[in-house]
Amino acid sequence: MATLRKAVALISGGLDSMLAARVVQDHGVHVEGINFFTGFCVEGHTHAIRRKDTARPKRNNALWVAEQLGIKLHIIDVIEEYKDVVINPKHGYGAHLNPCLDCKGFMVKKAREWMEQNGFDFIITGEVLGQRPMSQRRDTFPIVARESGANDRLLRPLCARLLTPTLPEREGWVDRERLYDFNGRSRKPQIELAENYGLHDYAQPAGGCCFLTNEQYSLKIMDLWRTRGRRDYEFDDIMLLKIGRHIRPRPNFKLIVGREEGENKFLEGYKNRYTAFRTISHSGPLALLDGTADEDDLQLAARLIARYGKGKDAARVCVEISGNGCPPRMLEVCPLSPDEIPSEWYIG
Amino acid sequence: MNRHILDARHQLCPIPVIRTQNTVNTLSDGDVLEVLCTDPGTLHDIPAWCRINGHKLLGSEQGKDEIRIVLEVCSPDPRLP
Repeated sequence: MATLRKAVALISGGLDSMLAARVVQDHGVHVEGINFFTGFCVEGHTHAIRRKDTARPKRNNALWVAEQLGIKLHIIDVIEEYKDVVINPKHGYGAHLNPCLDCKGFMVKKAREWMEQNGFDFIITGEVLGQRPMSQRRDTFPIVARESGANDRLLRPLCARLLTPTLPEREGWVDRERLYDFNGRSRKPQIELAENYGLHDYAQPAGGCCFLTNEQYSLKIMDLWRTRGRRDYEFDDIMLLKIGRHIRPRPNFKLIVGREEGENKFLEGYKNRYTAFRTISHSGPLALLDGTADEDDLQLAARLIARYGKGKDAARVCVEISGNGCPPRMLEVCPLSPDEIPSEWYIG
Repeated sequence: MNRHILDARHQLCPIPVIRTQNTVNTLSDGDVLEVLCTDPGTLHDIPAWCRINGHKLLGSEQGKDEIRIVLEVCSPDPRLP
């Protein structure tokens, strides 16, 4: 009896990785999925935080894909290890702080380690030649295979016929003739293949699933690194960068101002670790102060917060300052006028 | 059969799913895990995780301030790869 071959598929939750896994299932290979949580994933967190997103399905697309394919999914927390990818990318960044080539190499390396630990034979990705300017090029594909240590156990079923045959193809674990030659940025071949498989409902992140490809988000990280004097972050930092207005009136502190009820509720969870501001005399947002602040800074922050509440045109607004180990206190302030808030204060 | 509680409140998906997965990996067949959460996404994601990994969802309920999801650990069929 022929040995049942086993492949681990990198499942992002998008269409390409879903198709790649599905194609290999057709070759009689046992496929299981792996999904890495870096902390920068767009889905999940943002939808849960913002009330305006309540109409969107709160599903984890990777789990959903796994369920559609009937495969197991292993979700791996790589938050700590991933820091080095973001902070010191050997191959540099893309248009923003997206270290796409290092990221792909890192994920394939982690998949390769998992494959070895679990007795699997090869790795599947949904990469398509020419689809991404940094990580999905003819000259960068071999870099990912080599630096991850996956070498010829890395199969890209959607464009395999344009590439040198890999071990699974040479050994006949999969039939190369039944793999694909997708090339370029067009999504048409993938959509057609999805139709052929009867897959009609799928997420369409296509590179938009990572906050590091977002310009505003990247600017907030750079501000964080610049003002702290070091390139580093904690998980809470990158979570807080995803929500609220980030306003830096002075180099020594910034304010994170909730934009709606969902964000205010989320920020509540951080109230005890940061100095928190909330207008008492009028309804308004919750805001956190990140950094250090003297009495003059607190006055400025309170005036700024008052600007974002219902009392923005009032002569005086009462603001409660609490958290960060200090007993609550009140400040009565005059809200800043719009022309007292320079656009440079806004980060991202 | 042992009963265990996992407190995943104030954590956003997929963290509660990852913690559920990692906790289940340390439990035995038949053990019951009660997961406490606040992220409404868990109401979808943890049952989905149970379905694809062959664990039994015993129940889920959304209270005023928190969500409670109860599952039973089921060992994989040894005949499967």
